Amino acid sequence: MKPTDISNPDYFHRVVDCQWACPAHTDVPGYIRLIAQGRFTDAYMLNRKSNVFPGILGRVCDRPCEPACRRGRVDEKPVAICRLKRVAADNREDVRDRLPKIPQQKNGKRVALVGAGCASLAVANDLMPLGYECVMFEALDKPGGLMRSNIPAFRLPVEVLDEEINMILDMGVDLRLNTPITSMKALLEEDYDAVFVGTGAPKGKNLEIPGRYDDPEHVHIGIEWLESVAFGHIDKIGERVLIIGVGNTAMDCCRTSLRLGAKDVKVMARKPRGFFKASEWELEDAEEEHVEIVVNHSPKEFVVEDGKLVGMKFDLMEYDLDERGRITDSRVVGEEFLPCDDVVLAIGQENAFPWIERDIGIEFDKWDVPVVDRRTYESTRKGVFFGGDAAFGPENIIWAVEHAHQAAISIHKHCHGENVADRLPDGMHLTSTKMGIHEWSYSNDYEQAERMLVPHVGLAERFRRLDIEVELGFSAEQAAVEVERCLNCDIQTVFTAKLCIECDACIDVCPVDCLTITANGPEEELRGRLSAPAQNLEQPLYVSAELPQTGRVMVKDEDLCVHCGLCAERCPTGAWDMQEFTLYHPHVEDEIAPVAPDKVRKYGT
Amino acid sequence: MSYIAKPKVTHPGLPRNELGLTVRDYEGGMSTLCAGCGHDSVTSAIVQAAFELNLPPHKMAKLSGIGCSSKTPAYFLSQSHGFNSVHGRMPSVATGANAANRGLVYVGVSGDGDSLSIGLGQFAHAIRRNVNMLYIIENNGVYGLTKGQFSASADVGSKAKKGEENLQPPIDPCQMAIALGCGFVARSFSGDKQQLVPLLEAGIRHNGFALIDVISPCVTFNDHEGSTKSYHFTREHYHPAIHADYIPPAAEIRAKYDEGCAMPVTLHDGSQIVLRKVDPDYDPTDRAAAIAHLEQLSAAREIVTGLLYIDESKPEMHELNKTTETALNKLPFERLCPGRDALRSLQQRFR
Repeated sequence: MKPTDISNPDYFHRVVDCQWACPAHTDVPGYIRLIAQGRFTDAYMLNRKSNVFPGILGRVCDRPCEPACRRGRVDEKPVAICRLKRVAADNREDVRDRLPKIPQQKNGKRVALVGAGCASLAVANDLMPLGYECVMFEALDKPGGLMRSNIPAFRLPVEVLDEEINMILDMGVDLRLNTPITSMKALLEEDYDAVFVGTGAPKGKNLEIPGRYDDPEHVHIGIEWLESVAFGHIDKIGERVLIIGVGNTAMDCCRTSLRLGAKDVKVMARKPRGFFKASEWELEDAEEEHVEIVVNHSPKEFVVEDGKLVGMKFDLMEYDLDERGRITDSRVVGEEFLPCDDVVLAIGQENAFPWIERDIGIEFDKWDVPVVDRRTYESTRKGVFFGGDAAFGPENIIWAVEHAHQAAISIHKHCHGENVADRLPDGMHLTSTKMGIHEWSYSNDYEQAERMLVPHVGLAERFRRLDIEVELGFSAEQAAVEVERCLNCDIQTVFTAKLCIECDACIDVCPVDCLTITANGPEEELRGRLSAPAQNLEQPLYVSAELPQTGRVMVKDEDLCVHCGLCAERCPTGAWDMQEFTLYHPHVEDEIAPVAPDKVRKYGT
Repeated sequence: MSYIAKPKVTHPGLPRNELGLTVRDYEGGMSTLCAGCGHDSVTSAIVQAAFELNLPPHKMAKLSGIGCSSKTPAYFLSQSHGFNSVHGRMPSVATGANAANRGLVYVGVSGDGDSLSIGLGQFAHAIRRNVNMLYIIENNGVYGLTKGQFSASADVGSKAKKGEENLQPPIDPCQMAIALGCGFVARSFSGDKQQLVPLLEAGIRHNGFALIDVISPCVTFNDHEGSTKSYHFTREHYHPAIHADYIPPAAEIRAKYDEGCAMPVTLHDGSQIVLRKVDPDYDPTDRAAAIAHLEQLSAAREIVTGLLYIDESKPEMHELNKTTETALNKLPFERLCPGRDALRSLQQRFR
C-alpha cells in the first residue's frame, strides 16, 4: 500500500467517527471536553456553530453520530452524545452577547425564505450577520415547521423551541406568518435576489385499501394529526388505537395517543423487528409506555359497521431471510382482525410542491421532485435554492441544517455574481497535545463505566398532561462520568516514519492491538496479518512510509483505537504524537473572511 | 513509563488459550522503564510465550536480581510467584526454590551486569548444576540504572554516549554457557519477536538450564551511533543462524520445511523444536563446532542469533541428586522432618 496521505483532511476526519457521521460535522469530542471542564456555554456555542439548534437537537436529533461512535465498537454502547449536547444547552448561561452581531448597514441583498422550519431558519442564521435582508414566509401562525408541528411537546418543550428560534428571528428576520406562498411565479416576480425553499415534506402518505373512506373521521394521517394536536385542534382519541407504520413518526403518534386518552395502543409493523425504520431509542421509549409493537401484520382492510370504524383486517406475513438477514421471499399465512376505535397512518411522508409552476425553469424529475444539485442546493433555475426535506425528501433536522449552511454559501455567491460551484474546500489543523513527558492536554485514561441512562418522569406522572417532558436530562454526576466515556477520537495518533527505531514499544503497550510493524503488501492481504485482523473495511488503514532501519512499514488499524496516547508516551523518539485535529468546514462567513487553517481554534477564543 | 495504567479494554476479537485466558491475563503492572526500552519488548514476548504455552500463571515463579532487567518480572504474569533477590544472587535463589518445588516453571530474568559481573560465579554454577529453569539475560552492554557505564558484555571499540571507547574484551554468555556444558543456549533480539517467542517457549520446556541471551538495547544510554548494542547496529549485523519453531506435545508439525534443512528435536515433555538452518554450515548439536562458529563470527562483528546449541540428554539437578518427585510443601511433615532419632541414626553412619 502507498503511505496514507494524512495531509488530506478527510483522513483524520474519518477517524472522528461521530464528526464524520454528523451531516453538519459538529465537533463532538471538542464540545464533550468543554462539558467535562464545566464550560457549558462554550460547549453550546461550539455546537451552535455547526448545528444551530443544540437545545432542540440535544433532545430530538436522529443522532447519526451515535451508531458511528467508536465506543460502540469497543464497549457495545456508544457515548450518549445527544444527551450530552442537552447538558450543554440546559446548563449554559445567556448567550445573547455571543451571537453574531447584525450590521446596521445592510448589504442591499434581499432573500425570500419559503417556510419557517429548521432549514429556512438556519439559512437566515447564516445570512443575517452578513447584512442580508431575509423575508420568511410561513403558512401557519407560528414558526418552527416540523419541529413544532410534528414533534410532541413531551419530547421537545415549547420553551426550548421558542428560545432557539427567537435567537435567529431576533437577528431581524422579516417573518410573515399566516402567509402561504401559493405561486412561485408570483414570488419570483417580486424583488428578491434569491429564493430559498424550505417547505419540508408536508404530505403524509395515505393507505389506499378497502374501507379507507368509510369512516374518515377515525382514520388520521400521522403528521397532519400530530400538527392538529400541537396546535390544540385535537385533544382526544378513542380508547383503542392502531398506528400503521413503525418509523419515528409512528412512535410520536402512539405516545401522543396515550396522552389523549387511549388505553390500548398497538403499532402495526409489516416486517420483523430488524426492519423497523424507527430509531432503537424511540422504540424503547414507546415500549416503556406499554405500547405493543405487533410484527408481520400487513394492513388489508378497514372494517366499518354502521358507518363506524370497528377495526382492521391484516394479512399475517411470513418472511424468508438469507444469511445476511435480508428478505428473499414473503408469503401470506393467514388473516387477523384487530378491533379499534381510531387508526393513525404513519407510513411516510413526501415533499409536495403544488405551488410551484412547472413552466418557470424549475425542473422536476419523474417522481415529481425538484432537480437539486447535491453540493450547491441550487435548482435548475438560477437563484432558486432548496434545502431540508424539500430538497431530497424526508431526512431529519441535522441534515436540514447542513443543507442550509451549504445553501447559504450558494445564495451568497449567487447574489455576488460568483460561481456557486466554486467553494472553499475543507481544511484542518493539527496541534500537539503534549504537555510533558507523561502529560497530555486531554483526559487520556480510559473510563470503564457503562453508558449512563437518562432518568425519565414516572409513568403515571407523565400522562397527566400532554407537555410534560419525559426525559429529565443527565444529572451533574452522570454527565461527569458520561463525558469521560468519550474516547477523544479527534486527538489523532500522528506518526513520523523517519523517527521510528522499531523498538516495538508502541505495539507492546497498545491495549487494543491497533499497531503492527510488518512488510508492506496489498491492502486485503495486509489487513489479515496485522496484530489483530482489521475487519472494518469502512475505516482505512494508516500506513506509514518505509521505516528507516528495516524498510518495513508501521500500520495502524484506526478501528478500535481508544486514543489513550500510550503509544506516544512509550515512543522514545516522538515518532508517535497525539495531535488535536480541528476540522475547518467552511460556512458562508468564511467566504467573507476566510480563516487561515492554522488559525482555526476549537473554542472560539 | 506512564502515569496511566494500560486500559483494561481489549480488542473484542482477542483469542483465548486452552485455559480460557487472553494474552492480557498474562500481563503485569505498568512498566516504569524508559520509553522504548528493549526490556519491555522481552516482557511482551514472555507474556506471549506464557499465553501460547497455556501456562497456569500460579504454576510459574519469576526470579530476578538487581538492575533494569531485574525490575521486569513486575511487568508480566502478575499472578505468578516471584522473588527479587540481591544483586547477582538470583541463580542461588532459583536453585533453592527449584530444589524445594520442582513442580513450577522457573523463569529467571537478569541483565549483563547482574549475570556477567557481580553474579558471574552464581551464573556459572547454576549452569553446572543444570537447574531446570529458563534464564534470560537482557543484554544491553551498559549499566543503565547507574547512567550508562560499560558492562562486562560491552564490545571492544563500542562507544559510550559521551564518546569514550570500551577497551576491555567482552564476556559472551553464550560461548561461556556452551563451554560450561549448558544444554540449551540461544541468542535473540528484543526487536525480533518472531524469533524470540518460540525460543522462550522451547527454553521453558527444555529439561534443564536454558539460557537465552537477548540483545535488548538501552534507548537512553546505548542507542547512539558508535554503540554495538543499539537497535540500528543490531539490525545491521543481525545473523540468524538457526530458527527454532516450538511445537507443543501431540501437535502436528504443520509448517512446510525444505528438505534437509529442518531438524526436529524432541523435548523431555514430548514437545518438539523444529530447527531450521538459515546458515547451512552450522550444526547446533556439535558443541565444539558451535563455539568455533560463534568465535569466528563474533570476530567479524556479526551477531549470531537463534538456537545456538542444544543437547536434550543431560540430566537436570533433581535427576543428578535423586531428590524426591514431590514438592517439599506437599510432603507429610514426618517425612520432611523425621525427628531426632532419625538424625541420630544418620549421624551414626559417619562415626
